[in-house]
Amino acid sequence: MSERQAEQRSGAYQAHFRVWRGDADGGALEDFRVEVNEGEVVLDIIHRLQATQAPDLAVRWNCKAGKCGSCSAEINGRPRLMCMTRMSVFARTETLTVTPMRTFPVLRDLVTDVSFNYTKARQVPSFVPPAELGPGEYRMRQEDVNRSQEFRKCIECFLCQNTCHVVRDHEENKAAFAGPRFLMRIAELDMHPLDAAPARGLDRKVSAQDEHGLGYCNITKCCTEVCPENIKITDNALIPLKERAADRKYDPLVWLGNKIRRRAE
Amino acid sequence: MAHVDRQTWDVVVVGAGGAGLRAAIEAREAGMRTAVICKSLFGKAHTVMAEGGIAASMGNANEHDTWQVHFRDTMRGGKFLNQWRMAELHAREAPDRVWELETWGALFDRTADGRISQRNFGGHEYPRLAHVGDRTGLELIRTLQQKIVSLQQEDERVSGSYEEGLKVFQECTVTRVLTTDGQVAGVFCYDRESGRFFVLEAPAVVLATGGIGKSFKVTSNSWEYTGDGHALALLAGAPLINMEFVQFHPTGMVWPPSVKGILVTESVRGDGGVLRNSDGKRFMFDYVPDVFKEKYAESEAEGDRWYEDPDRNRRPPELLPRDEVARAINAEVKAGRGSPHGGVFLDVSTRMPAEVITRRLPSMHHQFKELADVDITAEPMEVGPTCHYVMGGVEVDPDTAAATGVPGLFAAGEVAGGMHGSNRLGGNSLSDLLVFGRRAGLYAAEYVGGLRARPIPEPRGIDAAEAEALRPFSAEEGGGPAENPYTLHQELQQSMNDLVGIIRREGEMAEALERLAKLRVRARRAGVEGHRQYNPGWHLSLDLRNMLLVSECVARAALERTESRGGHTRDDHPQMDRRWRNVNLVCQLADDRDAAGDPDPALGQIRLSRRETPPIRRDLLELFDKDELVKYLTDEELSR
Amino acid sequence: MATGIEPAPQSGPTGVRDASRAAIPARHLRTDRWWLAPAGTAAGLLAFVVYSTWRAFANADYYHAPYVSPFYSPCLAQNCHTMRGGPNWELFGSWWGLSPALLILIFPLGFRLTCYYYRKAYYRGFWASPPACAVAEPHKKYTGETRFPLILQNVHRYFFYFAVLVAGVLTYDTVLTFRDDHYRWGHMGLGSLVFLANIVLIWAYTLSCHSCRHIVGGRLRHFSKHPVRYRMWGWVSKLNARHMLLAWSSLISVAVADFYVFLLASGAFADPRFF
Repeated sequence: MSERQAEQRSGAYQAHFRVWRGDADGGALEDFRVEVNEGEVVLDIIHRLQATQAPDLAVRWNCKAGKCGSCSAEINGRPRLMCMTRMSVFARTETLTVTPMRTFPVLRDLVTDVSFNYTKARQVPSFVPPAELGPGEYRMRQEDVNRSQEFRKCIECFLCQNTCHVVRDHEENKAAFAGPRFLMRIAELDMHPLDAAPARGLDRKVSAQDEHGLGYCNITKCCTEVCPENIKITDNALIPLKERAADRKYDPLVWLGNKIRRRAE
Repeated sequence: MAHVDRQTWDVVVVGAGGAGLRAAIEAREAGMRTAVICKSLFGKAHTVMAEGGIAASMGNANEHDTWQVHFRDTMRGGKFLNQWRMAELHAREAPDRVWELETWGALFDRTADGRISQRNFGGHEYPRLAHVGDRTGLELIRTLQQKIVSLQQEDERVSGSYEEGLKVFQECTVTRVLTTDGQVAGVFCYDRESGRFFVLEAPAVVLATGGIGKSFKVTSNSWEYTGDGHALALLAGAPLINMEFVQFHPTGMVWPPSVKGILVTESVRGDGGVLRNSDGKRFMFDYVPDVFKEKYAESEAEGDRWYEDPDRNRRPPELLPRDEVARAINAEVKAGRGSPHGGVFLDVSTRMPAEVITRRLPSMHHQFKELADVDITAEPMEVGPTCHYVMGGVEVDPDTAAATGVPGLFAAGEVAGGMHGSNRLGGNSLSDLLVFGRRAGLYAAEYVGGLRARPIPEPRGIDAAEAEALRPFSAEEGGGPAENPYTLHQELQQSMNDLVGIIRREGEMAEALERLAKLRVRARRAGVEGHRQYNPGWHLSLDLRNMLLVSECVARAALERTESRGGHTRDDHPQMDRRWRNVNLVCQLADDRDAAGDPDPALGQIRLSRRETPPIRRDLLELFDKDELVKYLTDEELSR
Repeated sequence: MATGIEPAPQSGPTGVRDASRAAIPARHLRTDRWWLAPAGTAAGLLAFVVYSTWRAFANADYYHAPYVSPFYSPCLAQNCHTMRGGPNWELFGSWWGLSPALLILIFPLGFRLTCYYYRKAYYRGFWASPPACAVAEPHKKYTGETRFPLILQNVHRYFFYFAVLVAGVLTYDTVLTFRDDHYRWGHMGLGSLVFLANIVLIWAYTLSCHSCRHIVGGRLRHFSKHPVRYRMWGWVSKLNARHMLLAWSSLISVAVADFYVFLLASGAFADPRFF
């Protein structure tokens, strides 16, 4: 059996890859020919490149099952998890371009510096446990936790942060804008049935708008489009949060009520 | 000379999975300045892969559940080889650890009256697993991660710095625990991003590095599972126990090849999924071992009734402990009754409506759809055993999680040995992380608090660690061509999979030891291209040392134990032998001056010895029927 | 440690070509036809704008008993066509000389202009902010909806209230179509079907609105304490998932309904009567 026949039987073929290689000082797309077997995903091919042609090709990955959110990159210009992008969705003749995420500073090859996200995570005030309940005394109904549970499916791959044009196209907005992932975190906490933030004088609805840049979001839904967990970030987190902020800040009736109450005090 | 960066901390935690983060929280709350070091990004630990749930006898789903029942199940699952005190502490403390998570913001699935819902799992008598769909590990990690952030926010309010009292060094690797006069003095690390070396000086180090699965070809484990903590402990002078016990999860994906080994959660069976062979037969009924005969259903009808009425029916044998199911699947495939891609069929599609499947098993649905083009609501999955968990690990004091023989060294989670005996029950892993993670953090803090003087890392040790870490860059100078670390790794995985896998034979294991010796020699010449900045080839070359060390432990201990028990199955010794019940096999470094060891395979790097385990406390033994105990304990032990 | 949010020096290119990011000259590397969606959206919206502008200013051919064009209902000026039992309430008296459509159209226009779906559609389609995901936008600065005028998008809920009123009137108009041209009840023509389809879509679109979803139940913290609102929220959520589809189909149906009346009123077409 010739090599070619063996290839055909196993469904293997040679693919054309262009992988960005370089670091903060510069870099370029590099061409590779590489074998692809049946059932493989893009990350398998990157690993094959490492093992056979480019042992120092830097790539961040972990579980290879779409659960940890480490192997985020851009494949043919679209932000995706490499471990969940099957080779079978591309034509065999197609050239696949793989680059690091283009919103974060590049470290090396496909690896970027995602510290922006960890900084933003720290700026969101944590869950405030209700003072009157001890461990084991929490009672929550399933229908009351469903919404926040959807947001807690987030694997923090940061593809939403990467694709959001607010920071992708405007470096200067990074300071003021938490990004979809962390605005969703605020929504998650605001919808948590037992979060006691209000008792501490913390209004998450107001702070989302005033401190975390909710107003920058123009709900163009790219975060939802790229979410590998299929979380409806825009419809279920960001827009409800905008509505909640509107309750507090842009509802003249509420505004008037607050004014009167403040005067009465 | 030691010109590397140095920082001083009170407690250093190696690993940021469930155990590591829980330990760090406890140490920081005890007032210790705590550093966490992890190979991946913060929040990406392998714990996120845990799907089923956290076992804790809260009694929300069945009020008969108590810690005693949980303890009993754990001992049975481990075939009575468990460190019984750990099993006891684990069963007693698990509920508190779960409830505590709620106060940190965790959102578990709920019962109708608003408490934490609990689900059935293999080997657990009652529905016991607190869960969030099938992504419980993610919830656990995120909750602990967010708790750490909240502690950092507290620190920031006081000191102005988020990282004053608790810092996560992400994408850093520890290559050596530094000791001075046998006492822990710190750790030697490199930063994966920059390749720079640094030393964290600390009198207490908690190992929480997880397992060793990356030494096997088919595994559910991620790249991080290279046995780092096991190796660090050995190299620091601490012994490992029970290394022959490696759990092969019965249900991993078998197709397509690139995802072979990825886990299919046990919840699929807990929620009603059944195993069938190519004849369509539910074969598990033929594989109920004697010790479990009274506990499991004898007919499909009874098994099916159990889901609705567990008090008056016995559970289906699909829910036997993992070792039994994995062996059964292996036997069916060997007998020619396997599925097209060499597994068996796991079916939920005929057992539940599609809507229930997508609600209860969303990630499984997603995983099969995305990776294998299989719609599990319409067709069965193909599954087969995959290397999942190592029961063996660092020998620790059951109460304090302190490693034997090295003051200041602690271990918790998968890297610690003893708790699960010869086989771990599903769901007991996440609870283990929390219970012993907390204990390790607590007692590490106590240890540091009680010290009069802190040991200082010796420059000699730091220099040696640096030289060792740099060796892959000068591999070719040592004569002969450099070895490709990826090739070495693949050969190691293949050897362990074929020769020390799920079913073991004396001759094969002897051969494995020889192959390991050869790989060890070649691994000394593992070389890499490029520079130190984020260089995966270099990282792998360094990890090879650890994988070779633990692989040798597994092979040596497996060769020595001439019986079958839990995660250790000998083809040539198929029976469980009561005389082995109270024997631990202890691995220690044979020659701690050089990790590379002797090229003679007969000698190797590991010295193996036997140790008798302490007798089980009487009141705990009394939780079992005498009839059951005679299956496990020798007459002599029983009459004591 | 880098925090990732230090302001970059404001010289040189920013965005994906910022010096810190991977050096890739291309604005984007997408190989699919990413421009198709925004181009289609822009073309569709533009067509509607042209058509509705013409019809709104026409001030003619909007009534043919028993049908009134949805663009002209309710008709609030004195210069309205007489509609027996129809929705012409002369709130504006005789001074209004322009097309009466202009008085009422601002409400549905405002509703749709501030709608969360249409915002996405025109931000992407007309303003290219962004044109498509991971395709760099052409603007130098971006402040989103943080300041005037776009901060006004937050008034969407008030337009929703008006939209409910307007939908109520259009429902009334639909009921009136079950008359013949002599205003006798119990009749039905093809136009009744057109109106029926339109009003169903209008209601579905209106109720699927994100603000409606918020008001109905989304603003609650404990669904379990408000079972009725929770159930309503569930229904609205189901509709809301199809908000885009409903936005387009109701946009088309309202134009079709208007055009149908135009055909009748201009005599180009006779309404087939069923009974």
